[in-house]
Amino acid sequence: MTVSSPPDGDLRLHQLSKGQPATVAGVDESAVVTTLPAGELERRMIEMGLVEGSRVVILHEGFPGRDPIAIRVNEHTLALRRAEARAVRVTPLA
Amino acid sequence: MSVQASAVEPPRIALVGNPNCGKTALFNALTGSRQKVANYPGVTVERKTGHAVGPLGRRVQVIDLPGTYSLRARSPDEEVTRDVVLGRFAHEEGPDALVCVADATNLRLNLRLVVEMKRLGRPIILALNMMDAADKRGCRIDVAALSAMLGVPVVPTVAIRSGGVAGLLDEIERTVASVASSAEPCRWSEPSSRELRAYHQEVEAILARCVTDAGLPPLATQRVDTVLLHPVFGLFFLFAVLFLMFQAVFAWAAAPMELIDGAIGGLKDWVGTVLPDGALRSLLTDGIIAGVGSVVIFLPQILVLFFFILVLEATGYLARAAFLLDRLMGGVGLHGRAFIPLLSSFACAVPGVMAARTIENRADRLATIMIAPLMTCSARLPVYTLLIAAFVPDEPVLGGMVGLPGLVMFALYAAGILSALSVAFVLKRTVFRGAREPLLMELPAYRLPNPRDIALGLFERAKVFLARAGTTIFALMIVMWFLASFPGAPDGATEPAIHYSVAGMIGHALEPLLAPIGFPWQIAVALVPGIAAREVAVGVLGTIYALSGSGEALHASLAGVLAGSWSLPTARSLLAWYVFAPQCLATLSVVRRETNGWFWPAVMFAYMIALAYGAAFVAFRIASHLL
Repeated sequence: MTVSSPPDGDLRLHQLSKGQPATVAGVDESAVVTTLPAGELERRMIEMGLVEGSRVVILHEGFPGRDPIAIRVNEHTLALRRAEARAVRVTPLA
Repeated sequence: MSVQASAVEPPRIALVGNPNCGKTALFNALTGSRQKVANYPGVTVERKTGHAVGPLGRRVQVIDLPGTYSLRARSPDEEVTRDVVLGRFAHEEGPDALVCVADATNLRLNLRLVVEMKRLGRPIILALNMMDAADKRGCRIDVAALSAMLGVPVVPTVAIRSGGVAGLLDEIERTVASVASSAEPCRWSEPSSRELRAYHQEVEAILARCVTDAGLPPLATQRVDTVLLHPVFGLFFLFAVLFLMFQAVFAWAAAPMELIDGAIGGLKDWVGTVLPDGALRSLLTDGIIAGVGSVVIFLPQILVLFFFILVLEATGYLARAAFLLDRLMGGVGLHGRAFIPLLSSFACAVPGVMAARTIENRADRLATIMIAPLMTCSARLPVYTLLIAAFVPDEPVLGGMVGLPGLVMFALYAAGILSALSVAFVLKRTVFRGAREPLLMELPAYRLPNPRDIALGLFERAKVFLARAGTTIFALMIVMWFLASFPGAPDGATEPAIHYSVAGMIGHALEPLLAPIGFPWQIAVALVPGIAAREVAVGVLGTIYALSGSGEALHASLAGVLAGSWSLPTARSLLAWYVFAPQCLATLSVVRRETNGWFWPAVMFAYMIALAYGAAFVAFRIASHLL
């Protein structure tokens, strides 16, 4: 289950460990297989607050496979699946 | 002035906001009980309207719109919101002003919608709802600065406190008075991701200036969620809640049901004393009172069920349930969001099928719609309750913790759920193949439900149920009574009169078809109108056995009569039949509307009747062998 972070530092939201705060560095839906038309997932994520600069932290993990995840995004809480969290590039905060 | 005011249409305002922003509570606070629920023409999204009266006595029509994060409309539900605010509905003009409702504890996403809505060119008032919660969390908002930066009036509100919306009513009255001068052309078009980012930056700039202290996060919610979203405790709690709910449906509803039963009996006796023996008395007592009464008696159970659903929804727990079940339901290809339509289907499949509108993806939505009627709706309760009362002894089981009747009921519900999951599994691997719709769902902070909002919700459900009992079911009962009473028995008849009636003939004609699953002709008669409305089957059985029985049987309870007339395998077979029961016409017609054609309702009817017949056959054969 553990995914080693890529060497170029391209860390994704689904790779964060629980409780590790981070900021959103970008949204890139090309990494995700979806049924949606191109650009739609990105727009939905922005509408739900997953936009560059947002603070995120994983609060809860579902079952089984620690999926889906509940994340705190600034002042609200969002549930999403790891498969789609892959679209969110993050920078961990110290 | 009042004469003039009533001559012209009152100004119309629409409430728009994110889901969970307390919009419905605000709507209730503005309109009190002066509200009306109808459907939008051509679609099944509920259109809730009401009237508010401003401090100067001006009447304003208020429209409550489905919650949304964006005007881009991803689901049919959100399309209604978009079309109403854009004035695109053919049958009604756009609202004169918009009240954007924002949760003050969670401004960011709400303000993004406000910024987008400003492009509509209509006057906007921003209601900062739940200001009390924001204060408590130490959140400081500079209302004057917010108003200045947004360029719209901003009014703090506390929808759940009396007088908490006085300022908003004031502002609404002021805004609608000057509507004509403030209208601007609509500049809204579907935003691209770049525009969405620009909106967000605008919101960030506003927040940086106007929110001097963001306050504490909802720590209590996070602590509770550590338990309630826990893989083990969370699921255990969820199943405990569902079990409690079904036990309560029986335990809490028992006393009021006895009261209603007594009242119906009293009414029958009273009609019996004032009317002479004859066709009219029989129509009233055997047809209408027995038939409608046997349905109305289930009002308490339906209200208990809706009470739980409304409370779970108001607290914010339903979204957690969807979170907990997303992966498990994903095993059969369902979206976590399908949980909410499916839970509603326990009350009635019609709102359940409609609630599936929040699922954006068509294949996901169709799969959910197709299995929604397998959830045990409250209209099946009358049938289950009757058969359990007649055939299941009231013994304590599991060390006296629950009664056997409750356990059988739970098993029947479980059978419905398991079959729904199996059907979904098959559907998602055959006709509805493809990836699941992404899950992007807000988990709102927990809140105590407000008694007034729960009460209004229950009142609404009771009204819908009684209206149905008073119209559809009432009419069906009259028709059934005629079918069961005419033609009368010939001279020298040996069987009860109903044997020779049209209903008897229909029943006898269907009997060979239903004999393999152990149904006598009386059930065959009851099943025909039961397709129109499931709970009617009980009423029809009441009428049939009332008309076919002797005077003695008339006074015994229907459960007692059935216990004496049917074999145990027949009772089991009917229970199995009703787990899959061919659904009511209302469900089929709502599926037709939601899917735009007769294809899916036809498939649904065919697969459910096949399952019902198969299950009843197996139940009857096994029971006949064992007993």
